[in-house]
Amino acid sequence: MTASATASRAGWRVKQPSIIPGFGLTLGFSLAYLSLIILIPIAGLLWRTAELGWSGFFAILSDERTIRALYVSFGTAFIAALVNVIFGTLLAWVLTRYRFPGRRLIDAMVDLPFALPTAVAGIAFASLYAPNGWIGSLFMPFRIAFTPIGIVIALIFIGLPFVVRTVQPIMEEIDKEVEEAAATLGANRFQTIFNVLLPGLTPALLTGFALAFARGVGEYGSVIFIAGNIPYVSEIAPLLIVIRLEEFNYAGATAIATIMLLISFAMLLVINLIQAWSRRRYGNV
Amino acid sequence: MEVKINNIRKEFDRFAALNDVSLNIASGELIALLGPSGSGKTTLLRLIAGLDFPTAGQIFFGEEDASRHSVQERNVGFVFQHYALFRHMTVAQNIGFGLKVRPSASRPPKSEIKKRVSDLLDMVQLSGLENRYPNQLSGGQRQRVALARAMAIEPRILLLDEPFGALDAKVRKELRRWLREFHDRTGHTTVFVTHDQEEALELADRVVVMSQGKIEQVGSADDVYDRPQSPFVFSFIGESSHLPVEVKNGTVLFQGEPIGISEKTDAAGDLFFRPEDVVLTDEKDALFGKVTACRRLAGTRIAEIDIANNGHDPFHVEVEVPLHAPVELGSEARFRPTRWKIFNK
Repeated sequence: MTASATASRAGWRVKQPSIIPGFGLTLGFSLAYLSLIILIPIAGLLWRTAELGWSGFFAILSDERTIRALYVSFGTAFIAALVNVIFGTLLAWVLTRYRFPGRRLIDAMVDLPFALPTAVAGIAFASLYAPNGWIGSLFMPFRIAFTPIGIVIALIFIGLPFVVRTVQPIMEEIDKEVEEAAATLGANRFQTIFNVLLPGLTPALLTGFALAFARGVGEYGSVIFIAGNIPYVSEIAPLLIVIRLEEFNYAGATAIATIMLLISFAMLLVINLIQAWSRRRYGNV
Repeated sequence: MEVKINNIRKEFDRFAALNDVSLNIASGELIALLGPSGSGKTTLLRLIAGLDFPTAGQIFFGEEDASRHSVQERNVGFVFQHYALFRHMTVAQNIGFGLKVRPSASRPPKSEIKKRVSDLLDMVQLSGLENRYPNQLSGGQRQRVALARAMAIEPRILLLDEPFGALDAKVRKELRRWLREFHDRTGHTTVFVTHDQEEALELADRVVVMSQGKIEQVGSADDVYDRPQSPFVFSFIGESSHLPVEVKNGTVLFQGEPIGISEKTDAAGDLFFRPEDVVLTDEKDALFGKVTACRRLAGTRIAEIDIANNGHDPFHVEVEVPLHAPVELGSEARFRPTRWKIFNK
């Protein structure tokens, strides 16, 4: 979404003289490509929603079930992204800072959520965390699967590589001298990490958070197996959209999709603004 | 603070980066560690700072054995070649960092930190830039911020690792003079590492010349330039040429022939001399060779001379010739060293 915004803005600018040839060709191709993949589908989405009219739209928006589903979707994605920022950073730290047997194996395993069909992950989680599953039974009578906590766990799994893979390269580039400088000034390890190293990672952490969050909001496959899908409690918005589609209520489905789109867009915009601000402040991180 | 380094040895993976190094640094002295890369000078500096620990030997700060003390306990100011500033902090936050991280018992109040920071900014002549970020400063300004940051903790010793290495030649010269004045004003015991001999000779009270993990010579600029104690120092500091010679009955022989100079004790070794310590002569007993190049060097003219070596590769020497009487290329030049030193083989 943000990519299309910048690309179309560049299109309005008068062509600037450049030594690199092919501006017209590459921009033309990019725009055509973006149109086919992103802009036309989104336009269709908005078009379908518009058929409802304002009153119909607001009726769906103010429906208790829609609100609960959106709340569950965005709430669980937010919590999962937050957890991922903390533990993803920890994992990236272990992978970049220490050399130990099996490091490369763990490094490769981080990418598993990218590759694994999410439904497989969802089924595995559901059977593990179910009240009679290996892990779930340990926590009884507290239930993990078939509650929003189960959704959070699935989304943590899905979002982990986004945080690790954005933070890791920045962490690898940290100058050893900066840490040594902090040490000569009397800072202990704790102070060095929290006052010197982590602030420098802020832009990367924000990016990782945004990616994990965006992925979590849209996740469907793994969540529906572990969520239990109880309306008003653990029903996510994407599932509600599918339910509406199965009822042949296309306008209703697109209306929920449009709301999700608007909220996601607004949140990513805010995150991007924070990123731009921190980049300006911390230099070219 | 007086620093005593006793028989320090430092190994990295069984490779000895420093081998039995001892050095006494007097309180208030400005010392340069000079040597080519790989000579161990930065290793020695890091050992003094406590950023690395010696394999054997001790380091004393005054009477206190600091060898096993952590870097935080040693309270030294360290300035890095690439500044190592905290880029998410303003200039003022960078300088105040060392005070801010102190345990609450010894941490000065905020107003006091603010005052100290502004005093230090005055001292490094950067007043008015306290709210800038490091990436908004020039290289010379960044290095002065790094110095102010190191000074903020009132270090017992100030250690600088190639402090001017990343700066361009003009800024480097300015900052060099400025550092000397700064040192004279504050009187801190200061050790800096450099591979630039001009910098070491101009700036330091004493120069420590290092090579291959050993100290070759310690002395003033005059000592190491005029009275080098080893072939390495003679060839590393300034320009020089050397030839294999023998001394028999007080006469110096090159390829068995006298060259018109004499030495008290008999020996066999290498004759070292500097281009400027040479006189052209017409006499028979002299060194001679073919002029292969003649170039102007600032206020002097240097001739490159090849001395024949019985069919082997010729010896190559450089001598200074009068500005107004350039020698002809391809002609034969005869000369004698006026000052020299013979190092035994």
